[in-house]
Amino acid sequence: MELTTLWFLIIALLWTGYFVLEGFDFGVGMLLPVVSRDETDRRVALGTIGPVWDGNEVWLLVAGGATFAAFPEWYASLFSGFYLALLVLLVALILRGTALEYRGKIDDARWRRRWDLAIVGGSFVPALLWGVAFADIVRGVPLDANHEFVGTFWSLLNPFALLGGVTTVLLFALHGAVFLALKTTGEVRTRVIRVATVAGPGLLVAGGGFLAWAVLAYGPLWTLIPAGVAALGLAAGTLLAARGREGWAFLATACAIVAIVVTLFGTLFPDVLPATDPANSLTTTNAASTPYTLTIMTWVAVAVTPVVLAYQAWTFWVFRRRLTRDDVGGDAGLPARSGAHAR
Amino acid sequence: MNLDLARWQFAVTTVYHFLFVPLTIGLSFLVAGMQTAWVRTRDDRYLRMTRFWGKLFLINFAIGVVTGIVQEFQFGMNWSDYSRFVGDVFGAPLAIEGLLAFFLESTFLGLWIFGWDRLPKRVHLACIWLAAIGTMLSAYFILAANSWMQHPVGSVVNDATGRAELKDFGAVLTNSTAVGAFAHTITACFVTAGVFVLAISAWHLRKGTHTEVFRPSIRVALVTLLIGSLGVVVTGDMQARLMTQQQPMKMAAAEALYDTVRPASFSLFTVGSLDGRQEVWSLRVPGVLSFMATGSFDGQVEGIRDVQAASAQTYGPGDYTPNIPTTYWAFRFMIGFGLLAGLLSVVGLWLTRRRATRPIPRWFLSASVVALFLPFAANTMGWIFTEMGRQPWLVSGMLRTANGVSPSVSATSVWISLVVFTLLYGALAVVEFGLMVRYVKAGPPPPAGVEPIAAPEPTPSVTY
Repeated sequence: MELTTLWFLIIALLWTGYFVLEGFDFGVGMLLPVVSRDETDRRVALGTIGPVWDGNEVWLLVAGGATFAAFPEWYASLFSGFYLALLVLLVALILRGTALEYRGKIDDARWRRRWDLAIVGGSFVPALLWGVAFADIVRGVPLDANHEFVGTFWSLLNPFALLGGVTTVLLFALHGAVFLALKTTGEVRTRVIRVATVAGPGLLVAGGGFLAWAVLAYGPLWTLIPAGVAALGLAAGTLLAARGREGWAFLATACAIVAIVVTLFGTLFPDVLPATDPANSLTTTNAASTPYTLTIMTWVAVAVTPVVLAYQAWTFWVFRRRLTRDDVGGDAGLPARSGAHAR
Repeated sequence: MNLDLARWQFAVTTVYHFLFVPLTIGLSFLVAGMQTAWVRTRDDRYLRMTRFWGKLFLINFAIGVVTGIVQEFQFGMNWSDYSRFVGDVFGAPLAIEGLLAFFLESTFLGLWIFGWDRLPKRVHLACIWLAAIGTMLSAYFILAANSWMQHPVGSVVNDATGRAELKDFGAVLTNSTAVGAFAHTITACFVTAGVFVLAISAWHLRKGTHTEVFRPSIRVALVTLLIGSLGVVVTGDMQARLMTQQQPMKMAAAEALYDTVRPASFSLFTVGSLDGRQEVWSLRVPGVLSFMATGSFDGQVEGIRDVQAASAQTYGPGDYTPNIPTTYWAFRFMIGFGLLAGLLSVVGLWLTRRRATRPIPRWFLSASVVALFLPFAANTMGWIFTEMGRQPWLVSGMLRTANGVSPSVSATSVWISLVVFTLLYGALAVVEFGLMVRYVKAGPPPPAGVEPIAAPEPTPSVTY
């Protein structure tokens, strides 16, 4: 296999890891107000992603870094072209990350309410924007002969891209709901299963439409297969969640995400960023680094990735237990009023 | 216009990010050390130290993480032509940093925060060590990438593709500039963490609160600070000599030295203009610049005019001189703030040399609290010096800063992002500082066996 093709696959793999993992913590963040009735519920919900969200987000950083290293032209055109969208995304991720770490530091309802807003918004906005961005990548953007983006921010918000955004919002909501169902008990679990049964059918309509559009308009026919697998996974995930088989349901939604990434990258290949004028498209060949760099990167990836997968898997094993309301009773942070010293 | 805005944005976001990073690196090792002491001795004071400093570490770490994402994105966003030019070389260490270091630190930190009663003690201890090692690995790879920009090795510019291409990755990783920068940065991280622990311990000791925790803490801080400061001096000296060979213009700019001289004196400060025309007055120490640059008190140091002429010869006509007042003062403030911090450790260790019961003079404690800003200011000045001193180059001798900026991004867009980041970062600083102050004031958790309601080991998931 060509090294450039291999790196196209590796980058697809990194995005898959990112969406499967951070997908559920975006979902938990978005669903926070829906699934919780009181502070204890909220702490249960956030406690399920607490130990892992930061490690999940690193998949994004590695995907970005790998794109920079393996396809510098892709990285450069994409990041400068999607400038304002990425600015919004960064603000959302910054607020969300800070909120997840800081909300429990002060025991004050107003403090927590503000951070909850950041968690919900900071999860919803990236969930939406990733769909929009990937739809635009698949659809192609206006590039000039130097591969510079010549469109506008608003040109990124076309119907196809917006449908992509709706798809990822619902997808991560479902994936997050199934994850929460898997990690909680009692009322939170009941509520979240109800959410899954609502999000699932909606997602089948929106996501089914989006994938069909992507395959028929932009892709080779074989991508119908992963698109079909994705639809099956989503349907299965919803049904299994409704029957209380959350473990299998989570596996199903995770498989659906894998299949969706395969579909999108399948429609993209061999381009990495198609241009409205095909002559200006960035491809795995004209966007790539030298074979020497790709070879070194391959060796590093082959050596390190299995280790990363092993210890991240171990983390999920350590925190495999369901969280109950009794688990989150203790330390809620410092008292609201400052100057209260524990002497 | 775009160029200036993009440079301001990089300066604002990077200086800000680097306020948090050195503390993260230094403090992660100190907390790991404290927890090791607890696991070994089972002395409850070490557990309380771990808890207290660990909490402050996490408050700081959070902002370092979220502002770090911007760092990776903005090369492509604001510097797309730079990214196209350097990606083949610069991208690899950046990607490896993520794969090797970011995964390690964030995954094991998550395990550490939530694993207190879920993991065996030694496994839990290993988590904080692995996270600390992750922070250090991260520093190495990002500094290797930056050092390549200062002193590009292991690569050539391919005229056909119009970009720098990697020829020897080993050379990039073992770049003498990278080794020097890493050693200098890591020792500065320990200075930062040392002063941080020192200042906060001093604050409590001044008030006489929790002395059983802060007396040992202040010793840890002073020893760390002393070792870190010595390391900073030694590695800084090493770096100065490398810089003289590899970036003579930067060394000349550090002194605002216009004419090549032998021996060269070092000016502590200058009154008047630094444009080479007139100098009202300066306080000079003979031979010191020669020593910094060459290791000998009568070595020759090249002046700005000679280096400028040589550069014009090599690269064609143009201005190859950085902004001299900036480099001149940044260099002095970096050294000055750093030395003051180091001095504090010597005095402090002398004052605390006897048994732990001997009271520490209040003036020293007050000075230590005030000194908190020193390492942060020195770190900032150091980066401003090294990045401004490389100008007009973005990659020394290969790519000018003016040629690295994104051509497709409008000035309006950069204005928007500059304003948004500045406001957001400002707000985050207020929140972070406020939280830090509250946690400092609250002090460590009570000793084991006291106040059983607020047990020193809360349930893990509670942190959220």
